[in-house]
Amino acid sequence: MEHKTDYIYDKNGKLIYKFDTKVQYIKYKVLREVARQAWAGTLLENVLDIPKIIVPGKVPTMRCCVYKERAILGERVKIAMGGDKNNPNVIEVIETACDECPMGGYEVTNACRGCLAHRCMDACRKGAISFDHNQKAHIDKSKCVECGLCAKSCPYTAIMNFKRPCMSACKVNAISMNEDKAAKIDNDKCISCGACVYQCPFGAITDKSFIINVIDMIQKSDRNKKYKVYALVAPAIGSQYSYAKLGQVISGIKELGFFTVIEAALGADMVAWMESKELAECGDYLTSSCCPAFVDYIHKSFPDMADHISHNLSPAGTIARYIKSTDPKAKIVFIGPCTAKKMEFQKEEVRPYIDSVITFEELQALFDSKDIDLRDLDEDILDNASYFGRIFARSGGLADAVRQALKEQNIDFDLKAISCDGIEACKAALLKKGKNLIDANFIEGMACVGGCIGGAGCLTHGEKNKAEVDKYGKEAFEKTIAEAISMVKLPEEHIND
Amino acid sequence: MKVTVCIGSSCHLKGSRRVVESLQYLIAENNLKDKVDLGGTFCMGNCQNGVCVTVDDKNFSASPDTIEEFFKTEILAKV
Repeated sequence: MEHKTDYIYDKNGKLIYKFDTKVQYIKYKVLREVARQAWAGTLLENVLDIPKIIVPGKVPTMRCCVYKERAILGERVKIAMGGDKNNPNVIEVIETACDECPMGGYEVTNACRGCLAHRCMDACRKGAISFDHNQKAHIDKSKCVECGLCAKSCPYTAIMNFKRPCMSACKVNAISMNEDKAAKIDNDKCISCGACVYQCPFGAITDKSFIINVIDMIQKSDRNKKYKVYALVAPAIGSQYSYAKLGQVISGIKELGFFTVIEAALGADMVAWMESKELAECGDYLTSSCCPAFVDYIHKSFPDMADHISHNLSPAGTIARYIKSTDPKAKIVFIGPCTAKKMEFQKEEVRPYIDSVITFEELQALFDSKDIDLRDLDEDILDNASYFGRIFARSGGLADAVRQALKEQNIDFDLKAISCDGIEACKAALLKKGKNLIDANFIEGMACVGGCIGGAGCLTHGEKNKAEVDKYGKEAFEKTIAEAISMVKLPEEHIND
Repeated sequence: MKVTVCIGSSCHLKGSRRVVESLQYLIAENNLKDKVDLGGTFCMGNCQNGVCVTVDDKNFSASPDTIEEFFKTEILAKV
């Protein structure tokens, strides 16, 4: 039985999904059901029935048979409830869901016409291409280095790269296959960015969820009387839930039982202010500390450059620390587009400030688990940060904010910023900086393409999201960073207190 | 004396920054920095009556236009 909130229709009655893909949708259905049971206090009792609630009939809808579907759903339920406690990584493989895709690399397909030109052979620098008696090309895998030049040169595009989507997505090369050919994640390389989560067409890699911890936190607060539960929302929210108004999203979050909603972007304003000072004083170059996956990437792949990571906590950590200074009993839940944040909040330096992390996907599941239709709600208000704090959500925003903060503080410093989005761009910049080939003193790094708006935990991804974030930025009441942060004490002032 | 101004979204739009700035100025002007601990908090759950201010846990409703008067009667007179 489909629930009334399973689909969203626009004004003209046209069906619009809440998500980009059906993989997100199935994940969402599991999260929603787990949440429903958790609110009702019946989760432990009914946990084994959840797969059958989601796939009730005898006809398979996704896999070869309903039994496999339910077996995989059972694994999804476990991950929705926090996943494997023995695996420290927040990104996990569901082995039974992995299709063990073929991964032959470059192969010649039937489209090869057996032509005379043999451009592929000329293009190959390793002598890996030969021809059979029909003049059809063959690749000698023992010589091939997967450079792709043959594929580019073929006028029939007859040479294809058969690579697993997860491995193509993983730019830190953390994914290989295990003895059963299922995907395997190397935790020493993985930076929890979630690129594989979004790209796997079978939904076989997924991020652990902490929704039941959040529900528990809300319920035990006794309507925020015992302690207050604060929702800290990432600025990428400006590009999400496009079927409703932002003010309605804020009402929805409060309807779930959160005491209030605060913009992580105010933390971004604070970070821009402090980071610009740190940069001017450091006498060398800095790499940004906002994106937890980028920071983890430097630690794991460029450990020699780790000294150059800005000493600021991320914006979420910075504002959460401030909230706890005003309300020590506060519980703070970060809601954003990011799977790496689920890794970050468990780190020693952040753990005291952020109590849990959920994604926008998971927030949608929470809304629907309580049958909250955002479009029925009144519009509440969200306004803590400046334009500059808000545009942290997209690539280039951080560098713009640091430039602004230097200007507002009258710091005479020649900012040479380079903004990198996507791990490939980050890697290129770090490699060049390591060899002193670029004249940059500030490297803004975001693991996701486009910045946070490209995060794996977003409901939707798309070109227009950058414009949406800029628009949301311009709607901020405060126009300067100084104004936005004038009411909060910066950490250095705490020290002086 | 502990004075707390709400800096949540709703009060923010009603002018809590100007309230904070005025109080900071008035407290400094009257040499009360050692006696008045001015702080902020996110939401006091009384958004309709913003800008919300508490003085030693007693609730008040302030605005940027009335803050000077408020300072005289509730802070300066009682500190």
